[in-house]
Amino acid sequence: MLKDITIGQYIARDSIVHALDARIKIIITTILIIALFTIDTFSGFGYFSAFILVVILLSKISLKKVLKGLKPILILVLFTLVIHVFLTKGGEVLWAWKFISIESEGVYTGFFMVSRIFILILFTSLLTLTTSPLQLTDGIEYILSPLKRFGVPASELSMMMTIALRFIPTLLEEADKIMKAQQARGADFESGNLIQRAKSLIPLLVPLFISAFRRADDLALAMESRCYRGGEGRTRLHELEFKYYDFIALIIIIILAVAVSFY
Amino acid sequence: MLIELNNVSHIYQDENNVKALKDINLEISKGEFIGIVGHTGSGKSTLVQLFNGLIIPSSGTVKVNGKNITNEKSNLKETRRHVGLVFQYPEHQLFEETVFQDIAFGPKNLGLKKGEIEKRVKEVMDLVGLGYEEFKDRSPFNLSGGQQRKVAIAGVLALKPDVLVLDEPSAGLDPQGRKQLAELLKYLYQELEMTVILISHRMEEIAELASRVIVMHQGEIVIDDTPVKVFSQEQELHKLSLDLPQITEILHRLEEKGLKVNTNLFSISEASAEIIKALRSK
Amino acid sequence: MSLIEINGVDFLYENDDSDRPALQNIDLQIEAGDFAVIIGSNGSGKSTLAKLLNVLLTPSKGEIFVAGLNTNNRDNTWKVRQKVGMVFQNPDNQLVASMVEDDVAFGPENLGIPTEEIRQRVDKSLEMVGMAGFQKFAPHKLSGGQKQRVAIAGVIAMEPDCIVLDEPTAMLDPQGRKEVMETVQYLNKEKGITVVHITHFMEEAINADKVIVMNQGQILHKGSPKSIFRLVEELKDVNLDIPVAVEVAEYLRQEKINIPDILSIDELVDALC
Repeated sequence: MLKDITIGQYIARDSIVHALDARIKIIITTILIIALFTIDTFSGFGYFSAFILVVILLSKISLKKVLKGLKPILILVLFTLVIHVFLTKGGEVLWAWKFISIESEGVYTGFFMVSRIFILILFTSLLTLTTSPLQLTDGIEYILSPLKRFGVPASELSMMMTIALRFIPTLLEEADKIMKAQQARGADFESGNLIQRAKSLIPLLVPLFISAFRRADDLALAMESRCYRGGEGRTRLHELEFKYYDFIALIIIIILAVAVSFY
Repeated sequence: MLIELNNVSHIYQDENNVKALKDINLEISKGEFIGIVGHTGSGKSTLVQLFNGLIIPSSGTVKVNGKNITNEKSNLKETRRHVGLVFQYPEHQLFEETVFQDIAFGPKNLGLKKGEIEKRVKEVMDLVGLGYEEFKDRSPFNLSGGQQRKVAIAGVLALKPDVLVLDEPSAGLDPQGRKQLAELLKYLYQELEMTVILISHRMEEIAELASRVIVMHQGEIVIDDTPVKVFSQEQELHKLSLDLPQITEILHRLEEKGLKVNTNLFSISEASAEIIKALRSK
Repeated sequence: MSLIEINGVDFLYENDDSDRPALQNIDLQIEAGDFAVIIGSNGSGKSTLAKLLNVLLTPSKGEIFVAGLNTNNRDNTWKVRQKVGMVFQNPDNQLVASMVEDDVAFGPENLGIPTEEIRQRVDKSLEMVGMAGFQKFAPHKLSGGQKQRVAIAGVIAMEPDCIVLDEPTAMLDPQGRKEVMETVQYLNKEKGITVVHITHFMEEAINADKVIVMNQGQILHKGSPKSIFRLVEELKDVNLDIPVAVEVAEYLRQEKINIPDILSIDELVDALC
């Protein structure tokens, strides 16, 4: 059951989107997020979405797969919609019962917010779908490295992210095993109210944390044995290299972002 | 009939859609000591998790004590009271502050009263060889690996199951630890009349303890017979990439070379005596 | 001079409240090209000894020289760690990256090897352990034996003089154990890499050049496999697994049947027929 969670899953393809430098993609994503928040109208969202669809096409990942990754946030989206529809007031009253009312402002804002969240998640998941975990962490490290002179341990942070991503599937597998072992002793993770369910997680979380600490200990020894001593002097198997199309992509995005901000 | 599987198949619902079990039909009666062997990935672990409802098969039925546990209405907690399961490296499930509390987890989940819980914890700690007064208040995390494993096994025994399933319980134990485990299993089987199901890669262990051996391969049961009959099928087992118990391997090879020995002996002392006899009568 | 020289070494853990040091009076030489096997049960000190060889620990008393470098000298730490690579017991807890080739590259990256050369070393190391073609695989999709071989590849990629393996097969199934032992033997015999293999499985010592038996922090015996395997009763006393063939041979000897020192089932059968 737990194995169905695919966090930031990377799907390898031979596409131009995949080939773009990770750093450029991170920068582009940031620019697009900013642009997204400057949009005021639904038509603006429309153009934006059209653009995203073009990128998805270029990435050679099926739309179905992309949308499948959005399932987990559906609840968040619905929640936001409901909040706005019922709590934001203004415009004409569309429906009322006792002291509860739905007004047109609420409906408009609700759908507006939902569209924005939807598009936001859509193109950030595109980032993780088309960029391998290692490329992402390398990209982040590069972007953060100017901050090293201010004491930000960019390389070490990057190493931490790499290790965390590496261990997610392993820890999920272990959590599954622990759950089953406790269920075999009569543990029940599914029934009861919120508080009971939270308490029932202790036999799962304690062994999991202890195991995680043990792994960290072992891993530290193994890393030291392989001469790891921080980021200084480390070279790389995969060097990030800017190509001409990276700059073309960047320029296109900047133009689009500026254009769309007028909507 | 204690446990009954009819036409059971199981496919994992993940990205690989592996068919872990293919059309399994199996009957387990009270009072058996069953050894399950097979290559990693042959389906052994999946199979035993059907016995207590941790896995519901994609198709087919599983009956425990006559009750069908594969339909939604079944009370799985009740089943888990009767069928206890010890996973591999069970010490990884320890979480409580004291040994007593960890062992008591199972009985607590069954809704037993405090007095009964205390009685059971005392009993099982005795069974596994952990002194009650000495260990009950200690933190499980301050024990040696072997002691932790005893606590974990005690935690399952505290449910007082009729059937005890163990997945590679001797993995990582030293010779002394293995000997203690084998004695415990013998005691549970012979004195407490538990039905025991043991998954192991150690053929010696299986040969010594089991009354029936099930050989699995790629999700199917390929051999289901007594240890003597199973381990006499040298060719078959080698084809499945499985070893014989070493003593059996030795006896077979000597027989091939012309020495007249009974190849169905599993104890080293008996087999050695047999070899000596054969050598002297040459 | 031996590749590894251990002279009069004691080791005591800081928070140790037990009545004896973890290691006492250790004297040992490992020559270049050796396949040395250290056997002992839990608590014998064998893992502690392993960690002293690559300066994860330093002796409380005595000295250790690796290729002439004294491990007590902190300046030598990283040089020693490049010369003595270490593989640990838990296959998962050594792998750092989400892809096999990135993990094997980890060591060379730490040494500052240029990118081109890292690529070559990674591919060559994977080939040497029989994992060629697995470059893009994720660790969690590999079997235990495969993970351990990737860990070994990660160590070889640093081009050490010696590999120390601390109970590398303890958590593996029979198939995985076979894969790892074959790999280790290949690296020693065909590639001339010195191996120090630490285990509690006596079968893994059959092809050793020298066997060292440890118990309660001390070296009990040193010698060839044949001379060590002969000491059946003593080995049983220190809680070690005796290979079945060796036990049978001992039974036969007690009944006055003449059997030479044998190590394996093959040798036993040949001796009897």
